Amino acid sequence: MVFFLSQMVNGLTVGAVYALIALGYTMVYGVMRLINFAHGDFFMMGSYLGYTVLVTFLAAVGLPLWLVLLIATAIATLGVALLGVFVERVAYRPLRRSGRLAAVVSALGVSQFLQNAAMLIWGARFQAYPPWAAPDAAWNIGGVSVSLMQLLIIGISLMLMVGLYLFVQRTTAGTAIRATAIDHDTARLMGINVNSVITLIFIIGPALGGIAGVLLGLYYRQIHFTVGWSYGLKAFTAAILGGIGNIPGAMVGGLLLGILEMLGAGYISAAWKDVMVFGILILLLIFRPTGILGERVAEKV
Amino acid sequence: MKTERSRMSRMSVSANSAFLMVLAAFLIVFPFFVSDYWIDVCVFWGINVLLGLSLNIIVGEVGLFNMGHTAFYAVGAYTAAILSQRFGINMWVLMLLSGVAAAIAGNVLTAPIMHLRGDYLLMVTVGLNEIIRITLINNPFGLTGGPNGLIVLDQFRVFGRVIQSPIDFYVLVWGCVALLLFALFRLQRSRIGRAWNYVREDAVAAESTGINTRWAKSLAFMIGAGIAGATGTIYATKMMVISPDSFTFAASVSLFAIVILGGTGSIPGVILASGAMMVLPELMRDFAQYRMLFFGLAMVLMMIFRPQGLWPSTRWSTRVKGGDAE
Repeated sequence: MVFFLSQMVNGLTVGAVYALIALGYTMVYGVMRLINFAHGDFFMMGSYLGYTVLVTFLAAVGLPLWLVLLIATAIATLGVALLGVFVERVAYRPLRRSGRLAAVVSALGVSQFLQNAAMLIWGARFQAYPPWAAPDAAWNIGGVSVSLMQLLIIGISLMLMVGLYLFVQRTTAGTAIRATAIDHDTARLMGINVNSVITLIFIIGPALGGIAGVLLGLYYRQIHFTVGWSYGLKAFTAAILGGIGNIPGAMVGGLLLGILEMLGAGYISAAWKDVMVFGILILLLIFRPTGILGERVAEKV
Repeated sequence: MKTERSRMSRMSVSANSAFLMVLAAFLIVFPFFVSDYWIDVCVFWGINVLLGLSLNIIVGEVGLFNMGHTAFYAVGAYTAAILSQRFGINMWVLMLLSGVAAAIAGNVLTAPIMHLRGDYLLMVTVGLNEIIRITLINNPFGLTGGPNGLIVLDQFRVFGRVIQSPIDFYVLVWGCVALLLFALFRLQRSRIGRAWNYVREDAVAAESTGINTRWAKSLAFMIGAGIAGATGTIYATKMMVISPDSFTFAASVSLFAIVILGGTGSIPGVILASGAMMVLPELMRDFAQYRMLFFGLAMVLMMIFRPQGLWPSTRWSTRVKGGDAE
């Protein structure tokens, strides 16, 4: 039981990160019907930017830790959001009227570019987040170890997800996003600036990915330029699991996938856990491509 | 319009054959003037041409986005290595067997996912590639040797001559390329080739004229995977050691980029693009580390400014022009 609960806590932590990344996939897909293959790399860039800010700029300054982390996260998030807007403008917008697959290839190109840029900037080896950066408080609750970092990741992710959900459901901008997701041309006729909506999507999605990157860096301490693809693929699985294009679906899918992965690693085999995750992806696409909460996609495909 | 069309296709045929003649002349003369090092570079170029051409059947001819092609290559290489180690089977037989094994893998693994739309298929094939690679690392039943891989001691033999030196491999690899090119040009012009292109352009229309699209796609996956698997045998004997590190997702990406950049469905395009991928980094040392950065950027620019690729497949563009004129 204790083991089960600790795997649940681990799973929720990783799942929260998946969910944050999955939101980026799902929002872009919802509005543009494009699987943004570069999204995992936005996440990876966030992780590296946070690392650089922590190590080079904030290490020497004697600010309190929470403020340091806040600044690092803010800069990483902002940087990745800018990158997202730039990428959309340069690599996706010119292709909006071309075939769907042209945009997919372009996204792959962006992904390769970002990965290799990260490798050239930060090196091909693993980089480690400084040990002082992550709060190391941990509690033992009935034998289950829960660290402050885990609670932070789960808490921050849940807050962001609820915030995003309210933003999309309750605000004018959110309504514009939902309208654009249904039909670009009709949305335009209703006076919605579709380009601004897409820009907004490319601010929110990568920003969430950037935050997830910093959180993951603080949690696992190690980052590598290929994490974008491995986490990206898992987050994509999470998005499909919940029903791609569906915001609550991404959250549910992310948390569920994290839990499944950690239970699988704990009870079946750690070496085969990625195989299980990708197996889930394949089975889902074969048997229930609409995911748990998604009904909308079937008609669009 | 009919004459226009036939003139266009004659032009494309002559451009293709001119390219191939120049290439053949170059490849025949080239080994006399360079060191073994450069011959080896060209051996790897040839291996990538074989892989690129095999992927081109799937991605180019039928338009199925497969970004896990290295998985089939790995199946072939490991089949050859395992059978060679355990049973000492002749390499030529193994080349056939590993091709068959990879073709079966290509059929079985892709059968349930073939109906998926382009971008989904792409994600799933990436997943398949990872599943195969992790399986190789985890060393199931002690077959694959885990992260260290397997050693291949046997070599190809031709009338008692062991294929070992760079120039032997050079002849072997480019000989295979020549055979494959001949087969592919024949295939392109056959009923099957036309069916493939039809499925790529409009699957619904193809189905309605009596083409079994599922069969066409499945055949492309089997042939493409089979060729990649047979190439895996050559790779295994050339390297003498194979390990999961050789069959990563990154290798699949670069193959995919070769096909897209060359111009999907274009045979000279694949040869040129794989040359750019393998030979340019050797010519310009500084370029080597920027290679994938450059190719990533090229993929974006290509889609925006020249979506048809470096050397577009003229067969296809001819048909489109003819269609517009009507």
